[in-house]
Amino acid sequence: MTKDTKNPPIDRVDGRMKVTGGAKYFAEFTMPSMTYCVIVSSDIAKGSIASIDTKKAENAPGVVGVFTHQNMPAIPGWDAPAQGNGNGPPPGPPSGGEKYRILHTKEILFDGQPIAMVVADTFERATYAASLVKATYTKQTARTDLTKHLADGVTPKGERAADYVRGTADGYKTAPVTLEANYTIPIEVHNPMEMHGILAHWEGDDKLMIYAKTQGVKATQRAMAQAFKINPDNIRVHTEFMGGGFGMALRTWPQETAVVAISRKIGRPVKLVMTRSQMFTLVGHRPRTVQTINMGADTNGKLVGIAHAATGETASYEDFTEGTVNMTKFMYDCPNVSTRYKIVPLDRGVPIWMRGPGEATGAFALESAMDEMAHKLNLDPIEFRLRNYTETDPEHNRPYSDKNLKEAYQRGADAIGWNKRSNQPSSNRDGEWLIGYGMSSGTFNASRGQATARAILNADGSLTVQCGVTDIGPGSGTAMAMIAHNVLGVPVDKIKVEYGDTSLPNAPMQGGSTITSTVGSAVYDVCTTVKNTLADMATKSGSPLANSKANDLTLADGMLYLEADRSKKVAVADLMRSNNLPAIDKTQQSKGGSEGEKYSMYSFSVHFVQVRVHPVTGVVRVSKAVSVADSGRIVSPNTAASQMIGGVAGGIGMALTEEAVIDHRFGRYINNNLADYHVATSADVPHTETIVIDKPDPYINPMGAKGMGEIALIGFAAAVSNAVFNATGQRIRDLPITPDKVMQKLV
Amino acid sequence: MNPFQFTRVTTPKAAISAVTKESGTYFLAGGTNLIDLMKREVIVPERLVDINKLPLATIEKTSTGLRIGAMAKNSTVAEHELVKKNFPLLSQALNAGASAQLRNMATVGGNMMQRTRCSYFYDNSMPCNKRSPVQAGPDKGQPNGPNGCGAIGGYNRMHAIFGTSEKCIAVHPSDMCIALVALDATVNVSGPKGDRKIPFADFHRLPGDAPQKDNTLQPGELIMSIDLPMNDFAKNSHYLKVRDRASYAFALVSVGVGVDMKGKTIQNVRLAMGGVAHKPWRLTEAEQFLTGKPATEDNFKQAAMLAMKGAKGYGENDFKLTLAPNSIVEALKIATTTA
Repeated sequence: MTKDTKNPPIDRVDGRMKVTGGAKYFAEFTMPSMTYCVIVSSDIAKGSIASIDTKKAENAPGVVGVFTHQNMPAIPGWDAPAQGNGNGPPPGPPSGGEKYRILHTKEILFDGQPIAMVVADTFERATYAASLVKATYTKQTARTDLTKHLADGVTPKGERAADYVRGTADGYKTAPVTLEANYTIPIEVHNPMEMHGILAHWEGDDKLMIYAKTQGVKATQRAMAQAFKINPDNIRVHTEFMGGGFGMALRTWPQETAVVAISRKIGRPVKLVMTRSQMFTLVGHRPRTVQTINMGADTNGKLVGIAHAATGETASYEDFTEGTVNMTKFMYDCPNVSTRYKIVPLDRGVPIWMRGPGEATGAFALESAMDEMAHKLNLDPIEFRLRNYTETDPEHNRPYSDKNLKEAYQRGADAIGWNKRSNQPSSNRDGEWLIGYGMSSGTFNASRGQATARAILNADGSLTVQCGVTDIGPGSGTAMAMIAHNVLGVPVDKIKVEYGDTSLPNAPMQGGSTITSTVGSAVYDVCTTVKNTLADMATKSGSPLANSKANDLTLADGMLYLEADRSKKVAVADLMRSNNLPAIDKTQQSKGGSEGEKYSMYSFSVHFVQVRVHPVTGVVRVSKAVSVADSGRIVSPNTAASQMIGGVAGGIGMALTEEAVIDHRFGRYINNNLADYHVATSADVPHTETIVIDKPDPYINPMGAKGMGEIALIGFAAAVSNAVFNATGQRIRDLPITPDKVMQKLV
Repeated sequence: MNPFQFTRVTTPKAAISAVTKESGTYFLAGGTNLIDLMKREVIVPERLVDINKLPLATIEKTSTGLRIGAMAKNSTVAEHELVKKNFPLLSQALNAGASAQLRNMATVGGNMMQRTRCSYFYDNSMPCNKRSPVQAGPDKGQPNGPNGCGAIGGYNRMHAIFGTSEKCIAVHPSDMCIALVALDATVNVSGPKGDRKIPFADFHRLPGDAPQKDNTLQPGELIMSIDLPMNDFAKNSHYLKVRDRASYAFALVSVGVGVDMKGKTIQNVRLAMGGVAHKPWRLTEAEQFLTGKPATEDNFKQAAMLAMKGAKGYGENDFKLTLAPNSIVEALKIATTTA
């Protein structure tokens, strides 16, 4: 029913609340006798606390407690092994490393590590008291520079992280045209507008209420249940709205668990809202990653071999891995492919997935190298990609469930005006400005997980749809409403969508571009069950549609019709009344079948940019952007377009402006604020044209919809870098592409 | 943030007396920099004297030019008809600074008083002679964290190439001040010992042995207004700001230019640079060279070379040794081709 028709653009269901202040974010909740927690962060990156003086803080006005490693209440479940990454206590240490437990020992493992948590009756008093905590340290030399410690890289555990070879590992060497290039990306920090934190309240000895900033209320519930050894059913977690997540809230961070422990200890609700500088050190980041690509092609533009090696940073106390080299394994038709992925443990806070995660990092290298090779072959970069196009997944040797990348290349090229591009760099000028065009592709795994949804159809024709997913902003609630509307024909303005609370049916975390597929399918399935219930009632004797077959009925505008003869109909309200039903209330668990084994399922994207480069000052401006998404049937066109525009904004930041800088002498960030860490401003983001292929994937789920959160960003930085090369003839392989780097290349 | 006393005054006299009376007392204008510094405990005032009610926000014509009250908001000045018409360089420079929200709060006097954005200055655990002078004392600033200069040998991409000392290589961050020094402004101040005028070029100072002192104000002195003399630069002026993003970023290098053209000849010229020194950096030698010469790229390049005499890089900011002269030439080109 939804697969074969395009969906109309509908307004964001939470839009009105968000612009009128009706949407309540975690930090806006208050409780009687609530207290405020402020974290005191370590000044050093490696060593130990020699002394810590909390007396002044304890005696400061309004202070309820000062917690350090000397008096931190125990977290009972933290002695047990972790259950899954991010879903419980800190995972076990990597080989040889130390385990990080917040306020547990005097050891300092990373810059900004909490050394004390101060609780007072107001935020201001807690902040002041925190400033009175004085520590001295025994410092050790911190290893924070990935570039210096590349040799310490280890291959992490995990099937897809292992070294990969197809054909001959160094097959590229035999090609007539070869390329070797190194690409680096800096540390990037998510920097959502909303600060991270939590509000915890023990309503009883084993009953806990939490308002959190989490991308998965159920995951936070599980983590707290494990940490405090209580029944998860006794824990309620609420995160209805989020001011940006981008991956940083995909796990329960130790300071959140600590707040819950402190709240239990002092017997009062505790709220923590972190500072901006703590957002750099305590809630993860995109790891600095150094990559090398070796590529070989024949003179006809056919790839002979690719070898892709990537090394990223992790913490000394925990392994963090991501899919940095995965795209290289399946993106192009190439007989010899090898990948190698390593991580280097450093004296740094642990990274976390950041939008597009490793794939965005890897795509910068692969899609830059494709552009470099196209140039060597004197081929148009799109033509080079088409000569190496593959309709089957060479990594898994099976067909793609659906792939319309050729159409995406074409439509994007038309929209940007690709025919104005010359294959010869620096041949396009507007006055002093050099004009360049660049493109790249992106891809990310598409999947369908397991979720449960509930649908309540009322006799008045209104519908409530519930699922315990967190909508971190992409418009999941709107997509749920659209899907329910498509199945049950209930007008969107009569559909109430409820999400973001553990009292609602089970759903996974919002991350990895899976929610429309997973939760959307659950909504589809439960609404279909409601529809079938109606059809069953309608075909029973006594109904105007008696003896019709359920499959022949259509549901629209509160009426069930016989499709073949629309004069035969019954009102849903009448049907429910005659069956003495005030509502039809169904809850259903839903998951995919074996389609994921038969097909490789990916979303694809293509990004096109026009840049203007000022050769004298090195300034680069993205003057036009076109993003094309091939992500199956688009469920909610408006919010999908918004997500794509957001991807472009994030991509411009990744390409041109974002870099968290560490002074390695101290192991500390020196630009841990929004004035010095440059996210793209509105002035940096041009008008962005979004194009959706909008063809249903036949296999993935009933809607034919695939995710697009990640592909909106993946590859974008390469498109910008490729455009800068096209404008100037100079290649910058070290992000971000700042004016100093460009100008120095052009002198 | 530490507790502090807060007083609001309505007359300059009361403001000056309040700040003079007890040390550790600061004027509070727009607060766009001071509050940040207090949050980070870089500055820990005991008392704040709120001067927002002082009647010092007037912008008015004088017999010699224009007088801008110290409490005029950056956005008000930038959009003022007389400023846009007669001193477009000032308007451009103001609009190139900060964000719209900050410009709506920030005052002209406060803009002049803003501290460097050097990262080491803002982190009490890092060495900084500006934040934590070697010999602390009542008029030498408060000791706060380790001394030394973290930027020398550290992250100095944003730092100075002119007029540095071994104690400090920080830059003054203002855009507005680059225009004001180019336009020969005068600062009117009032203090416990009476009123005085300070030529804008002498208002800010180089770090030398006392980087804790950004300017030549005496204790208790209050900026009352800025005087701008009339000039013939309005037709041919340009503020070029090279920065890491299109808005809300400090200058890597900026150049303010005002030219009085007669045909193709430069009759008179004013040049100043930002992002390169501890104070707004006026390029007098380059100005003298260009005066009376035709506006050609070759002359601009020679002027830029003169301007770069004595420049010194510290590693990560070496690119400024190229970007600065490039920007001078570029700004002159744009200014002299403006209709």
